[in-house]
Amino acid sequence: MGDVIRAALIVAGKDLRAELRSRTALVSALVFAALILVVFSFSRDPARLAPADLAPSALWITFAFAAMTALNRAFSVEREHAALDALLLAPVPREAIYLGKLLGNLAFVFAVEAVTLPLFAIFFNARIVGVLGGLVLTSALATIGFVAVGTVFSAMTVRTRFAELMLPVLLLPFMVPPLIGAVQVTARLLAERPLSEVAGWLRLLAVYDLIFVTICLLVFPSVVDE
Amino acid sequence: MTGTAPSREAAAAARLTRIGMRITLVSLAALAVVYVLAIWRTPTEAAQGFAQKIFYLHVPAAWCALLIFSVVGIVSALYLWLKDARLDHFAAAAAETGVAFSAVMLTSGPLWGKPVWGAWWQWDARLTLTLFLFFLYVGYLSLRSALHDPAERARFSAVVAILGLVLVPFVHLSVYLFRTIHPLPVVLKPSAPSLPGSMLEVLLLSLGVHMLLGLGFVLARYGIARAEAARLEVSDG
Amino acid sequence: MRPSEGPLLAATGLSRSFGALHALRGIDLELHPGETLVVFGPNGAGKSTLLRLLAGIMRPTAGEVRIAGRIVRPGDPASRRATGLVSHHSFLYDDLTLEENLVFAARLQGVAAPQVAARAALGAAGLGERAGESPRSLSRGLQQRVSIARALIHDPALLLLDEPFTGLDSASARRLRGSLAARAGEGRAAVLVTHQLAEAWELATRVAVLSAGRWVFEGPRAGSLAEFTARAEALLDG
Repeated sequence: MGDVIRAALIVAGKDLRAELRSRTALVSALVFAALILVVFSFSRDPARLAPADLAPSALWITFAFAAMTALNRAFSVEREHAALDALLLAPVPREAIYLGKLLGNLAFVFAVEAVTLPLFAIFFNARIVGVLGGLVLTSALATIGFVAVGTVFSAMTVRTRFAELMLPVLLLPFMVPPLIGAVQVTARLLAERPLSEVAGWLRLLAVYDLIFVTICLLVFPSVVDE
Repeated sequence: MTGTAPSREAAAAARLTRIGMRITLVSLAALAVVYVLAIWRTPTEAAQGFAQKIFYLHVPAAWCALLIFSVVGIVSALYLWLKDARLDHFAAAAAETGVAFSAVMLTSGPLWGKPVWGAWWQWDARLTLTLFLFFLYVGYLSLRSALHDPAERARFSAVVAILGLVLVPFVHLSVYLFRTIHPLPVVLKPSAPSLPGSMLEVLLLSLGVHMLLGLGFVLARYGIARAEAARLEVSDG
Repeated sequence: MRPSEGPLLAATGLSRSFGALHALRGIDLELHPGETLVVFGPNGAGKSTLLRLLAGIMRPTAGEVRIAGRIVRPGDPASRRATGLVSHHSFLYDDLTLEENLVFAARLQGVAAPQVAARAALGAAGLGERAGESPRSLSRGLQQRVSIARALIHDPALLLLDEPFTGLDSASARRLRGSLAARAGEGRAAVLVTHQLAEAWELATRVAVLSAGRWVFEGPRAGSLAEFTARAEALLDG
């Protein structure tokens, strides 16, 4: 077990170091966030919709896109010079590779979320300070939800010709339950509803995460082993 | 590779295809009977009118789409465990059949919904679930067509199928949670309320016929897939 | 090593199919420390598949591979400890420096003091001053030196090389032959796959010819390169 975590951290560390160096994924995610911000702000009818009504949807579309960007990169970088073979050759368990990729992707998306959330709070005039804990928890749970399955799919789709198209096609159904939960909870938290009202959704998200991370750990070796 | 000799395998595959075709023909005939019964022999529902009769088609198709998806998931899990290529052929055959059923459901739903609800679509539990099944099927089949090594294709599609099967209850739960907060209008429910005898009979008959039709399609497609695999095996020598 | 111990590398009945395509059929081989097996064969003979099976990153459809008596399988990480792989792909990450690439490899292999090992390896490869550069800035020959340093960072008993002379100029090829010979002198084993027999002939202690997934020849190196090449061509045509 310790071996798995140690190896996973090495893999995740490598991915983060490489991403910080090139910053391509980070920049595209942040540019997209800015785009969403502008489009949503200018497209709403001020008389009918308060800015805070749009904030949850805008926020989660941005987070979902950030996740897709991270996921696309996760295994394409291993494909460039067949580095995945070297990873598979190393004396590390396959589960450690999955976990490492997952942690790296999560760190990336969390970073984008940490920058985007305050920005959106400002531009959508949403009150986040009082509910920050709940928002962070929700973001964490929902992000884990789609990145867990996405990491397995990106390992698969990177072998296909239209990888960037194939990944969203496969992942879409799996993003919806976490997204629905996330948007519902975020909307309620911003409307200053008590946390107890959203407990059901949070529980659903937590169970979703637990089950899918476990299953993904179990099936990932079948994906990378020939 | 060990297994049945090529000519025996081709013969077995051909037999499966023949059986599948026969079942399909019989069930298509039975389906015609069901249509006749549905149109002329069932009472017209008071609130929804004639359009309600689509439900004899819509509900069994939805049921079969879900049932078949479970089969794909379970057979896929068996494939990952046993590594028998025939399980992969069966899962793929079932998926092609399932996508057809979910497409039927998705087209019949709006055709029923527009006259009855006034809207083409509602995010109710059954429609949403079948929409997701449709996306999952499409994803599964797209991935298969993008992969050329048979073992890799089998492994990857098995993983998608298993993950998809686990997803299904979550979609259902999410919609349920959503609906308890945003319930559908009570007046015109797209589901079947307590059914009078004749409606129930025809519904069950339709369900049985659809399942038989599904079986026929799957067997025929499975037979074709195995024949194709046997042909490739022989040509390599 | 004592002669009473088994071979370092042993493959028995090794086979691998991809659906209807039989890439390898019933391959047997044995290798002892200090030996170098050179596998020669035309393209499509199954050479890369053989190396992937020996490395334990591909599962055989039949047969087994043992390294120091232990069966090599994707699911058994420890069975790969004694192996290093060099391919015509570099296995390097463009967004990391050379040193970072080697440190990563060293960490994965569980090497103690990874930074020290990485710097030493780069120094030995003559690239010490370029440690902070990206692999992108290197020529093919230099990249390959780094790839080899990466493969050797954990001092594996067995090195597998897939077409290592591809794209190398004669100076780099000479340097590669020198390092491989030095390793053999230290009792390490190697399996080298190539379709250019002339490049690797001197290094071989055993030679094998692979065609359509089967050995058409496997045995100790004997005679001259010219003789063997003629024989091999006859075997491959026949």
